Amino acid sequence: MRISLTRRYHFAASHRLHSPALSMEENERIYGKCNSPYGHGHNYAVEVTITGPVDPDTGMIANLGDLDPFVQREVIEAFDYKYLNEDVPEFQATVPTTENVCREIYRRLTTFSAARIERVRIEETSKNSFEYTGEPAV
Amino acid sequence: MIRITRKVEFSAAHFYHNPKFSAEENQRVFGKCSNTHGHGHNYTLEVTIAGEPDSATGMVLDLKELKDILQREVVERMDHKHLNHEVPELAGKIPTCENVAAVIWNLLEPKIVRGTLDRVRLYESEDLFADCTAEENGLKR
Repeated sequence: MRISLTRRYHFAASHRLHSPALSMEENERIYGKCNSPYGHGHNYAVEVTITGPVDPDTGMIANLGDLDPFVQREVIEAFDYKYLNEDVPEFQATVPTTENVCREIYRRLTTFSAARIERVRIEETSKNSFEYTGEPAV
Repeated sequence: MIRITRKVEFSAAHFYHNPKFSAEENQRVFGKCSNTHGHGHNYTLEVTIAGEPDSATGMVLDLKELKDILQREVVERMDHKHLNHEVPELAGKIPTCENVAAVIWNLLEPKIVRGTLDRVRLYESEDLFADCTAEENGLKR
């Protein structure tokens, strides 16, 4: 049996799906109402899953007292109440689809030292969710 | 292969304290969870069984049978109990979400005779859960 722990975090942000590599018509056709020039927003839920041995002294894979402030600092402070396209440098050149947001959050969390980040799962709305578990080792 | 999941809920008290640690260390490591008077949660347990449906019944296992196993092994043991004091399987362990989920896995695994225990997911709150998964399925999930 293997064990993992998942913590759920929340942030609210706006974004606009628009690619400068595409024409106006193509942007409208591909992204539809998500291409609206003023942007729109979501309440995002982010699930961060960690794995590793359970420390017998603490009963924990990693202390939430370490994980929570790490995620807060690396992700929530940078994303919450922000316009992702402008306020998060990585999305100035990358379309902030939730696929890309998932990958960016995973990247920001990989430096967590107390456990391995196994998965980042984002619910953009209650109907859409996205998961990233890193690239398979080659 | 089909996976079926049954959900049950139980409410229990716990606190985190390691007798090997000093009072200061317990406070530093476990924070507000270290209050030895305890605190409580409404736990939600999701148990997933994997298997092939029986050709005669169309079922992997009878959900009534699973419900009875969960009632007997988990709810009767843990519902409205203090996990530090009243659950012998947790004696000597810190009753974290990880450890409680692992104890539940070990209680259920020998009782599942139709299909195999695939995943135990224990929610301590809606923002925190632990998953135990069968070793060989770990990489597929």
